[in-house]
Amino acid sequence: MAQNLEIRRSSASVLGSLSGIRTIPTVSKYIDTTTCIGCKACEVACQEWNDLRVVPTQQVGSYQTLPTLHPEYWNLIRFNERDVDGGIAWLMRKDQCMHCDEPGCLAACPAPGAIVQYANGIVDVNPDQCIGCGYCETGCPFDVPRFHQTTGKMAKCTLCVDRVEVGLEPACIKACPTGCLHFGTKEDMLQLAGDRVAQLKATGFAQAAVYDPKGVNGTSVITILAHGDHPEWYGLPADPHVPLLVRFWKSVLRPLGVVAIFGAAIGAFGHYMNHGRKGVKGAADHDANLPEEVGRKGENE
Amino acid sequence: MTNGWVDIKNTDVILAMGGNPAENHPCGFKWFIEAKKTRGAKLVAVDPRFTRTAATADFYAPIRAGSDIAFLLGIIRYAIDTKRFHEDYVKIHTNAPYIINEKFGFDDGLFTGFDAGSGTYDKATWAYEADPKTKAYAVDPTLQNPHCVFQLLKDHVDRYTPEMVERICGTPKDTFLKVCEIVTSTGNAQRAGTITYALGWTQHSIGVQIIRAGAMLQLLLGNVGRPGGGVNAFRGHSNIQGATDIAGNTEILPGYLKTPVGSQTTLKEYIDTNTPTTLNKEPWPSMNFWQNYDKFMVSLLKAAWGKNATKENDFGYQWFPKDDGNYSWVYIWDDAYRGHSTRLGGKEPGPEGLITAGMNPVGIGPNVPKVIAALSKLKWLVVMENYEIETATFWKAPKEYGTPDASQIQTEVFQLPASGFAEKDGTFTNSARWMQWKWKAVDPPGQAKTDQEILARIYLAVRDLYQKEGGACPEQVLNLSWSYTNPTAPDLGEVLKEINGKALVDIPDPKDKTKMIRTAGQQLENFGQLQNDGSTMCGNWLHLGVYTEAGNNAQRRSTADPTGLGMYPNWGFSWPANRRIMYNRASADAQGKPWDPTRPGIVWNGEKWVGDVPDMKPDAPPGTFGAFIMNAEGVGRLYAPALVDGPFPEHYEAIEAPLENILHPKVTSNPVSKKFTSDKDVYGKKEDFPIICTTYRLTEHYHYWTKHTQILNQLQPAFFVEIPEVLAQQKGIANGSRVKVSSARGTVEGVAMVTKRLRPMKINGKDMWQIGFPLHWGYAAGNTGHTGPLANFLTPSAIEPNVWTPEFKTFLVKLEKA
Repeated sequence: MAQNLEIRRSSASVLGSLSGIRTIPTVSKYIDTTTCIGCKACEVACQEWNDLRVVPTQQVGSYQTLPTLHPEYWNLIRFNERDVDGGIAWLMRKDQCMHCDEPGCLAACPAPGAIVQYANGIVDVNPDQCIGCGYCETGCPFDVPRFHQTTGKMAKCTLCVDRVEVGLEPACIKACPTGCLHFGTKEDMLQLAGDRVAQLKATGFAQAAVYDPKGVNGTSVITILAHGDHPEWYGLPADPHVPLLVRFWKSVLRPLGVVAIFGAAIGAFGHYMNHGRKGVKGAADHDANLPEEVGRKGENE
Repeated sequence: MTNGWVDIKNTDVILAMGGNPAENHPCGFKWFIEAKKTRGAKLVAVDPRFTRTAATADFYAPIRAGSDIAFLLGIIRYAIDTKRFHEDYVKIHTNAPYIINEKFGFDDGLFTGFDAGSGTYDKATWAYEADPKTKAYAVDPTLQNPHCVFQLLKDHVDRYTPEMVERICGTPKDTFLKVCEIVTSTGNAQRAGTITYALGWTQHSIGVQIIRAGAMLQLLLGNVGRPGGGVNAFRGHSNIQGATDIAGNTEILPGYLKTPVGSQTTLKEYIDTNTPTTLNKEPWPSMNFWQNYDKFMVSLLKAAWGKNATKENDFGYQWFPKDDGNYSWVYIWDDAYRGHSTRLGGKEPGPEGLITAGMNPVGIGPNVPKVIAALSKLKWLVVMENYEIETATFWKAPKEYGTPDASQIQTEVFQLPASGFAEKDGTFTNSARWMQWKWKAVDPPGQAKTDQEILARIYLAVRDLYQKEGGACPEQVLNLSWSYTNPTAPDLGEVLKEINGKALVDIPDPKDKTKMIRTAGQQLENFGQLQNDGSTMCGNWLHLGVYTEAGNNAQRRSTADPTGLGMYPNWGFSWPANRRIMYNRASADAQGKPWDPTRPGIVWNGEKWVGDVPDMKPDAPPGTFGAFIMNAEGVGRLYAPALVDGPFPEHYEAIEAPLENILHPKVTSNPVSKKFTSDKDVYGKKEDFPIICTTYRLTEHYHYWTKHTQILNQLQPAFFVEIPEVLAQQKGIANGSRVKVSSARGTVEGVAMVTKRLRPMKINGKDMWQIGFPLHWGYAAGNTGHTGPLANFLTPSAIEPNVWTPEFKTFLVKLEKA
């Protein structure tokens, strides 16, 4: 939780704390999957910077470290093998919190100030305020937040806000050896991504595209896909939206009066309707190589 | 590397073959990406597996493990056939016009001169022909003479048609032709291409010849010596280049001088044998830089023995050990296992003890059971390591390795705690030949000591014993120069200074005797200052320039880049002479103009060569000397009569051959390669072991070492076997289930990784399968619990005949459900 950044949005609160005086550009990570070699330096950098514990893993027939994200593992390269045009593609995509412009987790969160969106677009969990209800999982269309059993709080990528607020790039970006990761203002990153996509189109990837989904009004993690017409090949939802019930609660019910018990009742109802924590609809949410039962084993449930 | 890491950004085409740089050199791989992004360079990956490198490549071609020569000679055939090679370059910078002895030939798998009894070649018929009148090498500048190298090469590769390549390598013809088209697009002045390789080329019984084929292709395309070109070996460890430079091998002294042999009884004989003479006149005379051999050797002797080396005693030449046979890796273990040497009539005893530092013999050599059995026969074993490795605990190895009962093992084992790389200063010499100083980050823990302190203390204790009690060969021990400020823990800066060398007396300038080029005690600056009369000392002529009067140049960190080509001349020190691209004279044409003005290596400006440090006498105008100054011919070799297994590469199957050689069934494998004959050396037949297997490393781990590191174990927790999908279906193997892989040596068990990235191969019309596994596990993993089988349990003691590298990359196995 960064102390010195202005807040654009805050969970279960009407207003943020934007002074409106400063111009604060939205930041973004840039991930070029076409030059990622899946070396996992970003995974280790993330763990080390954030003081996360080593997670016991097992070899289950994949190069992927864990089946999915984990409360102690916020950054995961997903490996997928695909048959394409007579050959194969080995797709590697860095998975982490997407830092949506309209964050479903924040919308779903009933605890005031537990999830915030800073003025620069970074979405962060404030553990002091988090009540560990898990509603943010329901609100997230990317299956990112994870409940940490030991702390009783939610955990996810902070976009290294503690580094960013003092002018450093996120740890994953710094560790990347091939330069497939960059960090900067969203505007600059979109420019860079546009150039790279044009280059890819010229070299035979007609469907190359930038993944910056409109359903959540764009994200602060933009991803270049050679097969832009098939984001699901990379474990990304084709058209992510904040679940209807979460939007309904936020836009209609909550303004009627944030009565805690009422909110909790509606939230519980939403949770029930959605069968607890759920995966990404329409997406291959783990490596096709991984058996389903193992696919859930890594989670702290 | 002939070039360097950063230089890869200057290329138009990268052929990544016999290596998986994205996996094993992820930081260097950034330059591949840079070339792709900034120049639109094409990356072609040729590999048995669809690798991490292939995942980012522009084009991928599958190949059967061990069939690289057929593939490369196929490209050479295509280049000659379609005239897509750099003819102007070939004529002036290679031996293409040279005439070869007319008795030379190749028939049914054998070059002329083969002696079946000894399994060796008499190379007499492979020699260059001398012109009877001029006594110079005979040449045909038109390349038409049927005995000239170019025509011989054309004949030799003619069998490697795209159809034949498909039959041997399993690479579909269309795929192969696409690779040919991309790679030969650089066979001209305008474009440049590089070849990158690693252990996927070297670790075969034909390894040297695979690399030869790659080098020949690059010469033919005119890519050697040019920015963005070259033949670039990626080394497998942070300082393995430095280890070889400073004589990590038995057959060489520092700077690749030859280890003396017993028959060379005087320094003169040794120097005369190793100093090449040259008959070269065409196209230009050779600089023949090895004519300075005596200066390198005498200066080395002075560094070793100091004041004890005098002209009268041959500078202590007699005290250097003489090589009476082969002491390379697999031979050491054969001798130790047998208890006696197979050479010299089998009368020599095998080694009594072993000191090992910075390596793990049980893990790194082929045929683990033989290594463990050999260690069991030693009297003593000293292991300098920072972990308790497999070698230090060999007597605790699981029974499946054939380990004798511990009560039967008399070997006394000492483990000396040593420091890790971050716990000591020193240099790393990277693949690009850059010597870069690194500073100690932390002190070694507990009683751990640096390698130099351990070695110094052992030496001083031994010297003390010799002084008190005497012993065999006392001169070697007592005469050694040991003049370090702190003799028990020499400062490595001081050692580097000694390696660079200095003048021992004032050295007058030969042009003007009143001036001195160096005064006594001054550090030497360049090769030209070395003397053959004992007035200079130098521990390694190749490193001369690394520590001059200006200081420790390995510590330089300037990012100034005057050429804009990423040469960074004031960053570290690049041997030789701080040259960033070797053979860079070949980057320019006959007049000294760069083939591609946008990427000049060196340029003749009318007075001298400018750009990179010239690989040429700096003030010698174009036409004075040939571009390849280390070759007695002065030109690059499309034909190399020096190797023991043929002047041209030829496709041979691995020692454990998955099929008969299609080209010449009577000679299936390399006829000069070596198998061993002890009862532990068993080799599999294709009938019993029908699957081709290969071994490799992973990005996530470093050798056998990082299984002690839990954050990396988390990334790759256990041994696995990569299996093609269709084969797994046939055998009913599910992804993630357990499988057993067996060779003639033993069986390993691990998790099946069923993958599309390995595919069925159609070899000579028949279905064939390849599987593979990484090598990072073993039985000693501290308290981490991350133990696993040693990959080299399955690999054979089969070696390449020129440099004796074991064949880790192709052997035969069978696969079963566990």
